[in-house]
Amino acid sequence: MAILGAIHPVLTAGLNGAVDNNSGWQLKDYVARGGYSVLKKILAEKTPPDEIITVIKASVLRGRGGAGFPTGLKWSFMPRSLPGDKYLVCNTDEGEPGTFKDRDLIRYNPHAVIEGMAIGAYAIGATRGYNYIHGEIWELYQRFEAALDEARAAGFIGQNIQGSGFGFELFAHHGYGAYICGEETALLESIEGKKGQPRFKPPFPASFGLYGKPTTINNTETFASIPFILKMGGEAFLNLGKPNNGGTKLFSVSGHVERPGNYEIPLGTPFAKLLEMCGGVRGGRKLKAVIPGGSSAPVLPADVILDATMDYDGISKAGSMLGSGAVIVMDETTCMVKALERLSYFYHEESCGQCTPCREGTGWLYQIVHRIENGAGRPDDLALLGDITANIMGRTVCALGDAAAMPVQSFIKHFRDEFAYHIEHKTCLVPKDVQWAGSGFHKAAEVR
Amino acid sequence: MFTTETLQKFAREVAKYPAGQQRSAVMACLALAQEEKGWLAPETIEAVAKYLELPPIAALEVATFYNMYDLKPVGKYKLTVCTNLPCALSGGYHAARYVQDKLGIAFGETTADGKFTLIEGECMGACGDAPVMLVNNRRMCGAMTPEQIDKLLEECK
Amino acid sequence: MLEIEIDGKAARVPDGSTVMDAAQLLGTYIPHFCYHKKLSIAANCRMCLVQVEKAPKPLPACATPVTNGMKVFTHSALAKKAQAGVLEFLLINHPLDCPVCDQGGECQLQDLAVGYGNGKSRYGEEKHVVVHKNVGPLISMQEMSRCIHCTRCVRFGQEIAGVMELGMTHRSVHSEIMSFVGRSVDSELSGNMIDLCPVGALTSKPFRYSARAWELQRHRSVSPHDSVGANLIVQVKHDKALRVLPRENEAVNECWISDKERFAYTALNSDERLTQPMIKQGGEWREVSWNAALDYVAHGLKDIAKTAGGDALAALAAPNATVEELYLLQKLLRALGSGNIDHRPRQRDFSIDGKRVGTPWLGLTLADLKHRDAVLVVGSFLRKDHPLIAQRLRHAVQKHGAEVSLLSVAVDDPLLKLHAARAVLPSDLANALAAVVKSAALQKGVSVPAGLENVAVDETAERIARSLIAGEKTSILLGNAAQQSADAGHLHALGLQLAALTDATFGFLGEAANSVGAQLAGALPDVVQGGKGNARQMFEQPRHAYLLFGVEPELDCANPQLAVAALQQAKMVALFSAFKHTSALEYADVLLPLAPFTETSGTFINTEGRIQSFAGVARPLGEARPGWKILRVLGNVLNLPGFDYENSEEVLRAAGIQAADAGFATGLDNRLQETEVTVYPKPQPTNALERIADVPIHFTDPIVRRSAPLQATADAALPTARCSAATLAQLGLQAGQNVKLTQGQGSVVLPVAQDEGVPAGGVRVAAGHALTAGLGDMFGSITVERA
Repeated sequence: MAILGAIHPVLTAGLNGAVDNNSGWQLKDYVARGGYSVLKKILAEKTPPDEIITVIKASVLRGRGGAGFPTGLKWSFMPRSLPGDKYLVCNTDEGEPGTFKDRDLIRYNPHAVIEGMAIGAYAIGATRGYNYIHGEIWELYQRFEAALDEARAAGFIGQNIQGSGFGFELFAHHGYGAYICGEETALLESIEGKKGQPRFKPPFPASFGLYGKPTTINNTETFASIPFILKMGGEAFLNLGKPNNGGTKLFSVSGHVERPGNYEIPLGTPFAKLLEMCGGVRGGRKLKAVIPGGSSAPVLPADVILDATMDYDGISKAGSMLGSGAVIVMDETTCMVKALERLSYFYHEESCGQCTPCREGTGWLYQIVHRIENGAGRPDDLALLGDITANIMGRTVCALGDAAAMPVQSFIKHFRDEFAYHIEHKTCLVPKDVQWAGSGFHKAAEVR
Repeated sequence: MFTTETLQKFAREVAKYPAGQQRSAVMACLALAQEEKGWLAPETIEAVAKYLELPPIAALEVATFYNMYDLKPVGKYKLTVCTNLPCALSGGYHAARYVQDKLGIAFGETTADGKFTLIEGECMGACGDAPVMLVNNRRMCGAMTPEQIDKLLEECK
Repeated sequence: MLEIEIDGKAARVPDGSTVMDAAQLLGTYIPHFCYHKKLSIAANCRMCLVQVEKAPKPLPACATPVTNGMKVFTHSALAKKAQAGVLEFLLINHPLDCPVCDQGGECQLQDLAVGYGNGKSRYGEEKHVVVHKNVGPLISMQEMSRCIHCTRCVRFGQEIAGVMELGMTHRSVHSEIMSFVGRSVDSELSGNMIDLCPVGALTSKPFRYSARAWELQRHRSVSPHDSVGANLIVQVKHDKALRVLPRENEAVNECWISDKERFAYTALNSDERLTQPMIKQGGEWREVSWNAALDYVAHGLKDIAKTAGGDALAALAAPNATVEELYLLQKLLRALGSGNIDHRPRQRDFSIDGKRVGTPWLGLTLADLKHRDAVLVVGSFLRKDHPLIAQRLRHAVQKHGAEVSLLSVAVDDPLLKLHAARAVLPSDLANALAAVVKSAALQKGVSVPAGLENVAVDETAERIARSLIAGEKTSILLGNAAQQSADAGHLHALGLQLAALTDATFGFLGEAANSVGAQLAGALPDVVQGGKGNARQMFEQPRHAYLLFGVEPELDCANPQLAVAALQQAKMVALFSAFKHTSALEYADVLLPLAPFTETSGTFINTEGRIQSFAGVARPLGEARPGWKILRVLGNVLNLPGFDYENSEEVLRAAGIQAADAGFATGLDNRLQETEVTVYPKPQPTNALERIADVPIHFTDPIVRRSAPLQATADAALPTARCSAATLAQLGLQAGQNVKLTQGQGSVVLPVAQDEGVPAGGVRVAAGHALTAGLGDMFGSITVERA
């Protein structure tokens, strides 16, 4: 069970410690926890879609996928009265290093996502939807399909849901190993059976989305929040968190903590408190740095993050982004050059190759960081890295360019000495014998 | 080219999409084709393209873009080890090194007996369970300590 | 309309315009690679980043919609920095091989690098290397490391050629442009990808390393290879055509040409060129002077005319001879008392000669094709016969939802979505069209035209008629197969009836570069009662002397058997040809080296009636001479009056070719003076197999037939006998077996292939090919037996 120590859990209420991997996720369990009651009520009462969107707006639910865009506002962009097909898409293509919350939602509470999507479809006037699930979590793709079968059999999705006349067909679509498909327009291209290459915007999906039709895309956790918000009311959800940062949120904590895992906590919870819930830094070592919002978010040094609160505004104030809520914790045994090298390799390999600055720039960044890590750094490398990142940022079709540039900029900004030491001394500032000790495994010598 | 069972699965995938959008099923069909054939030979990709009425090169674009498709034969067990930063911080590299030593192969290689292929993977969205390995694109294994790795390799024998 | 200001210059642009559109309107250059006005927007190269007031970051001009009051800066510090940054990225993995790159001197990347680039690269890592690819004889993909991934070639295939043969596989810096595992690129428009490639990744294989761009003289010309009359740039070095490129003319060929037009020039430099007049004496061929050759011809003509009468002379010209040549040829022949001249070697049915109101043509402009709501194409191998017309119709379908239907003798995929398609036997084509006419009458609620009372209306006919009636701008077009069929006259009359009923334009997809011009130049037989001088009759009733002008009868005639038999018995055959046509060595007596289109001035009138004159781009090879000069001198030798023209312009004037407005010829009219009532359905021959013959794209004229690169393409594959599975089964044959095909006295052995586009009872065997030259009529009965 990965959901530990949650306080005021909402999305995971009733799940904490109550289920193992293979039970508790089914329709009967979800219904026992009060599931689908919101959908039934809306359909029975024929709640006007505008009212639903008003509640979501009041909750100040912000998109949980990374961008933090207000969900109610996004839904209001859909041309609901426009005739023709409209689509609702859920983004469970969770590949941002450090993020693994949606996986647990699909694992433990898939019906909350389904109910949230059905409500969303009703609110925006969509009749067909897809949940795009990360290819690597194949077992959970299958679980979601099983949950869809249950929901279809019980009349919660499909034609004429609960005799209301409203129909919503929902299917699962799996990815197959491309980080970029987490970008919403790349994801749409991928559903269309193409390479996951992001589209340029405008037009935005609300006007030109899946198959060229109006489309709304939200993150899994966003959808899972919907039934709970409508059950408790927008204000109440907002009040769980703090102004402009409504509700609770799942934080995926990985790296050097005693108990990595997902933690559902109110937005606005101090980082220090979250770290404490995770059992603190592994082995009682000293905290060195934290990437607070998935690998694309700027890294923050220990002193900065220890003063920050875990919410969109708090992390932004601290100089980073809350992103997907993936908290990567690094202790004093971490070589920041090596850490950046691995991330830069990731962005280089995952660039879709479509636009020039990203295709060419991410590889260049990686090659330089790789050289520095391997003792072949040059005196002007750091300045060059700064220039290259500046030439990538804001020049690409999608946000992957920025995502590749920000770690480089922030790692160098906060740990410049370490990089400079690498370049000058051709070796690491972190002593060889303690490097990687935080991993809890072997010694540095065993890493190839 | 494909078994009846695979073709039935193809049809099930195509049915998920609106009429005329059968191309949307290309990822699923390529994955199913790979499941049946072990890897995606050009003729397999072309057969999928033909089934979905899309140009073979368009199917090849897809097959080469997503990295869980195997465009070369792989061993009976394809082990993908995540070494991305969150995994690395919790022993991803160590686990990878352990498997490499145990199997005597590097990333991208297949054991002489054709049993194992080792792949360096990217984030699988399971960082809390690090180190993480994926077996044959399907089975996710977490907390891969040397003991767990031994157990897994034993199971695969 | 929206107002925008670019670098301080104001413009008003239509709604939906992009910043790039506005910039082009203002004549402001914004650097770009992936953007192309004819292709969809990709916005992937990022070279066109510009500064937009109030936008926090630079925006791509190609993909940024203009908003009212927008202010754009293309040369501000921000814009320049963004552009320079992108250029640096493009160059880091680009090889520094400009000195050996074919694109050198005409490379957009090179130009911009010179403009923006630093003298020294900051990239100190290893450059990424991409392996070369082989995609056939036309496009070289030998240095793919030069590719900058703009995807113009990929989009061209998807959007213009209608077939995706190239794609960008893999991702990140590993992205590569390639075809599906080693396949060749077979589109008949593929060469345009070479022009579109902004760098030296896709280059012309035949041109490779033969010259540097700056050594070439650029000359304007006009394509002689099909009836569109694509405008060309022929690039010449030392009087040798080394490369052919499209010359942009939006109204004619836009910025495209077919591969045939691009690569045919290679034949002009081949060893097969005829460079000296030759006479056969005592069975031996001897090179002679022009004087000797023309004397020989003049004497022969005069003697025969004197002894057997002018009617014993006949002339057959290629429909891609120039107006000037055709005018002089008919003038010469008529002066000798013969009206036996024709330019339609592939035509079988001449029943409407003498009944035309004017000169047959397309019936609308080429540019208008893109704006059709519905089009019916009758009897055409559309894509290969008329690649650029097919492209325009493809555009009409893709962009405007036009409904294009095909009623033909075989359905080859035209790479456009057909609204309705039906393949019938050639003998049944008129019946099929009659059904559409009848259906149109029924749907309009008007009386069914006489003769159609007993026609059965099928579903396809109804669908086609409905689409023609519903559309506002509609056209009916008769293709090559319709014009060459034994029912050409009936199809013409039915087409006119249908056009009248549905308010559609009616016209012809002209067979060759100068089909319209030939008629206007008078290269038509005298119409006499019972007729005797047309392209078929002149062989059915053998003559004593033949002038063959640019034709190769065994490849160009509707019935090669008939033609060759007549030529073999003739007293004199003079062949005007650019090539040493080996088959003719047997029956010809004189070979006169004719300058091809690159070596003569002349005029073609394309299928829409556009008069396009051109100058020679190189000196004639050896002793070859422009056709109009040869004929003028021959006229002089014959002492005929009115053969003293100083230049081809004088000949054109004498031919009476008059331009109406905008360079179009006058006298174009597809109507018929009278139409006899024909009763449909016409009875079908029973139990006979019918031959269906296309002329494959690279066998249409003597030049393309000799282009080595074109002959190495998939389109030049050896002919087969193609039948549907049903026909194969009926004949007890299996695909791949060799069969003996017989027509008249001739038979050939070819492998049989299955093709479901061929109607039951039909056997498709290409014409225009040496291997099938022993056969008879293109559309006639044929027998098939196992070889």
